[in-house]
Amino acid sequence: MSLTPTQTPTQVQAQAPTVSPSDAKPVVSVRGLVRNFGSGNVLDGLSLDLQPGSFTALLGRSGCGKSTLLRTLARLDPAPEGAVDLPEQRAVVFQEPRLVPWMRVLRNVTLGLRHPDAEQRGLAALAEVGLSHRARAWPLTLSGGEAQRAALARALVREPRLLLLDEPFAALDALTRLRMQGLVETLWRAHAPAVLLVTHDVDEALLLADRAVVMANGRIAADIPIPLARPRRHGDPGFIALRSRLLAELGVDEEHLAAREPQPAEPRTATGAAGTIGATPGPGGFGLPAGAAAAPSL
Amino acid sequence: MTAVTATKGTATNSTAQQPRAATLPAGLRRCAVPLALLALWQISVGLGWISTRSIPSPTQILTAFWELTVSGELAVHLLVSLGRVSAGLAIGVSVGTVCALIAGLSRRGEDALDALLQMLRTLPHLALVPLFILWFGIGETPKIALVALGTAFPIYLNLFAGIRTVDAKVVEAVSTLGLTRRELIGLVILPGALPSFLTGLRYALGVAWLSLVVGEQINASSGIGYLAMTAREFLRTDVIIVALIVYAILGLLADLIVRVIERSALVWRPAFIKE
Repeated sequence: MSLTPTQTPTQVQAQAPTVSPSDAKPVVSVRGLVRNFGSGNVLDGLSLDLQPGSFTALLGRSGCGKSTLLRTLARLDPAPEGAVDLPEQRAVVFQEPRLVPWMRVLRNVTLGLRHPDAEQRGLAALAEVGLSHRARAWPLTLSGGEAQRAALARALVREPRLLLLDEPFAALDALTRLRMQGLVETLWRAHAPAVLLVTHDVDEALLLADRAVVMANGRIAADIPIPLARPRRHGDPGFIALRSRLLAELGVDEEHLAAREPQPAEPRTATGAAGTIGATPGPGGFGLPAGAAAAPSL
Repeated sequence: MTAVTATKGTATNSTAQQPRAATLPAGLRRCAVPLALLALWQISVGLGWISTRSIPSPTQILTAFWELTVSGELAVHLLVSLGRVSAGLAIGVSVGTVCALIAGLSRRGEDALDALLQMLRTLPHLALVPLFILWFGIGETPKIALVALGTAFPIYLNLFAGIRTVDAKVVEAVSTLGLTRRELIGLVILPGALPSFLTGLRYALGVAWLSLVVGEQINASSGIGYLAMTAREFLRTDVIIVALIVYAILGLLADLIVRVIERSALVWRPAFIKE
């Protein structure tokens, strides 16, 4: 079975800045990954390839194992069973900025960087995220958006071949989130790392990624290419069609949803064990971010 | 009508009361009551309401202070006391720090040390004075040992807790940046535990003076405590009070020093940042 997205060649050319995904050796290769936390398998024989320079969104209900997968790819969690092949240069951006409070922003960015001109690189990375003026600031004086941009610079300065983003915009206000999404797209285009973006937000996945992977019960339940031209807009017919498909994969009945008030962004944990994805969602079904049920426009 | 009286009222208020409050600086207003008490004290002793044998007047205390300073006696005893506190603190802080690092940074170290130290810390260390005299005699050693023992525990407890409560999320994020374990400890974990260490240090300084007071009143031949004990034999209450005041000033200075260290070491904290 091949998990490589089937894309038309023209779209591949237009979206992946360096290497065309179809013929390159994957930068990340996961085979038969199993991980359990006592009660059951969080990851259950999961396999996934990521192509160099590709942008993949990882979606799924809370507790489906997507955070565990990301932590395994960040080497923060062990991979007791299965093969995980990763590039040396990796970087992670978490939901919280997680800067070291007693180091100035620039020192945070260059931390662990073994280069004679680490400082210059750090400054360049800060300039790229538009944070040059805050290089000497203490992290606790930054706004939420600024701190997250510093975290992005800290990841970027390592020239990662794999950039892991763990819901990096979830804690930001709506306007800042839009700006950050644009920044991530720009940075991805400029540096072409393989990006794995864990998100709850179907619209975010469709705005940024060229492939959406839906996880359920510790496996990949669906692998959907997003062959949309950039820049993307919420109202485009292709966008709407893909959104319906993704929501269906996540087990959200759109008709049912549209008739109701928008649900909270963080869904309650699915109670059922196996086979809940695809079934009609119960009261604790997958939620959409507020406003997503109405027709959104940028 | 009501409006007119109201404005009149505020007008008289502002002219009569606000200027007086403004001419008196806040510091002076806070000192007013202690100064008044001091004056009352001086007058009561001067009029013979209080016997000079129970308590001398403030001017008598000042005179004693001056005499002790001029004769050089105070300086000698002060230096001896400071030497004891410094030596005891140096040993206590080092031992406490080393134990906290061992127990805080490794699970095996915690198993080996923590239970023991938690048990020992419940012992009031001043109760060990008789044992220390038997062990170390009556020289400098028991006094320094008492200070060291008293200061090691607050340092250990606070630093250990500080190391263990460094933000795990930050440590996790930093661990993805390719730092060595040594760098992780030196750059992230120890600076993260520094605020707790300084809290422990401030507490340790308090304990150090207390231990010194107790240590110097037993079999000492020099030091501020000795000064007070010999003064008792000559009924020199003024000298005893000078000794008490010196202890208070030293405690205050020690606290001030830690505050200054905190200000410079914890500049990254929002409370200290001035932008």
